[in-house]
Amino acid sequence: MSADELCDLRASELRSRLVRGEVSTVEIVESCLHRIEAVEGRVRAFLTPTPDVARAQAEAVAELARSDSSTVAGIPIALKDVLTTRGIRTTCASRILETYVPPYDCTAWARLSAAGSVLLGKTNCDEFAMGSSNENSAYGPVHNPWNLETVPGGSSGGSAAAVAAGEAVWALGTDTGGSVRQPAALCGVVGLKPTYGLISRYGLIAFASSLDTVGTFTRSVRDAAMLLSVLSGRDPMDATSLDHPGGDYTAALTGDVRGLRVGVVREAFGEGVEPGVRQAVQQAIERLEGLGASIGEASLPHTDYALSAYYLIAPSECSSNLARYDGVRYGLRVAGEDSVEMMMRTRGAGFGPEVKRRIMLGTYALSAGYYEAYYGQAQKVRTLVIRDYERAFETYDVLVSPTSPTTAFRIGERTDDPLAMYLSDVFTIPANLAGVPAISIPCGLDERGLPVGFQLTAPALGEELLLRVADALERELALDLVPELLRA
Amino acid sequence: MVPVDIDIDHVARLARLELSPEERDRLRVQLSLILEHAAKVGEVATADVQPTASPIPRPMVLRPDVPTPSLGPEEALANAPEREDDRFRVPRIVEVE
Repeated sequence: MSADELCDLRASELRSRLVRGEVSTVEIVESCLHRIEAVEGRVRAFLTPTPDVARAQAEAVAELARSDSSTVAGIPIALKDVLTTRGIRTTCASRILETYVPPYDCTAWARLSAAGSVLLGKTNCDEFAMGSSNENSAYGPVHNPWNLETVPGGSSGGSAAAVAAGEAVWALGTDTGGSVRQPAALCGVVGLKPTYGLISRYGLIAFASSLDTVGTFTRSVRDAAMLLSVLSGRDPMDATSLDHPGGDYTAALTGDVRGLRVGVVREAFGEGVEPGVRQAVQQAIERLEGLGASIGEASLPHTDYALSAYYLIAPSECSSNLARYDGVRYGLRVAGEDSVEMMMRTRGAGFGPEVKRRIMLGTYALSAGYYEAYYGQAQKVRTLVIRDYERAFETYDVLVSPTSPTTAFRIGERTDDPLAMYLSDVFTIPANLAGVPAISIPCGLDERGLPVGFQLTAPALGEELLLRVADALERELALDLVPELLRA
Repeated sequence: MVPVDIDIDHVARLARLELSPEERDRLRVQLSLILEHAAKVGEVATADVQPTASPIPRPMVLRPDVPTPSLGPEEALANAPEREDDRFRVPRIVEVE
């Protein structure tokens, strides 16, 4: 196998070829389906592949794909299986939704579909998007195309692995505490978490509503800008979606970062950061300086507390959101003598260990007598995290750090230690608490040949600036990343 | 820091979650460890700090009160574990004398 087939190209390149008439949507889709057939048995990125849907849609959008009116037409995509798709099973990687077939599309897919996108399938993830390794899926782990014995990260591990392995040209995920950026880092692709509220969450099955965002997996920053241009903007179906016009984000990609002030987050270089990660990130910072950006040290002093606050706020919201799985209207039901027993048995049988852990943690943190000490105090710490960013953005235009303290770790390595697993997200969580946009781009490989992610963060609705800096650095680094799986 | 002692059975009842004895034992230990770490939020002085519920505050959004198409009974009931006519069927909710 080689990594130079249609399915390995960037969406921007494929769009140009489509418009020039050099390639058809059908050919691109067949290339992806062929790759899925070749590697999926080893990668396990998909829970529900939809080849028939993809082929039918490829024919239907053929004409639109040849016009230059849409930035996504004719380009096949994979969707994380927490995003509802009308008539296509959506499981959240949980037993409790094993047979759930949504009667409606999420807004993100509705917009892409209307713009000529083609659905390849629904991707594996941690159950209800809770996890950092994809090992919490009820349907088995995803394997990282860079080393099949390591995790792809999580929770959107299937989407990240699919894009890295050429099974999809791009993909959607969701990011509540790093679930797009961390797997993007571990799989060597670009992961964008936009400002909270910029992309509608209607049809994103809720985990932690004050933190959840829809994000993108792509092979370049330009591709992320192309997707965002279609996805962003107000949606009447989501009361938290922002009154923001959206627009063409590719126009921001000027390549010019001269004079921009870049703050290196001091707290993200402490102990626990692997030397290979530290080195690749520091080299990327030097390249940014070489492009004319001015580099200084920034501080987010409440970083450690942010992790603690997150592991109270997210489980609390989770325990409330997941109360809807009661065996009454959809999903699994396990019989019981009365309704309460039916609910308890249904939930006991339908949820996996991590989801149970978070429901219990959140229920406890919200229960009488503990609410103020845990949830109330965590919400105050959240205010301090937001102030940290406000102060840092007085001095700097963007902040940079590693995306994750480590590269991909071995499957099984952290499953018995929830706290060690939670630490995977220590650098990504603060942006969710503050609602600000952040992106992870690959910046090199560590000594084991595994990709390292470089995180950039901008103020709320600073996507143009964020993408401009990320794109300039990506071009300067000019990495040619081919996962081990595709090198044979 | 004092280990947190959690009444697992009480919390599980509140959460409507049936747990096996093994799950109860494991959760008692794990939740205690996680809460010890999470209790760090209490180390920060926050007397004058307002809590944040949502990162990008928006005023309450209302839409015009105009009917729009919605799911019909068949679509709404399509995923029901059990139905009776146009209703979700559930086991007994109240005690019968």
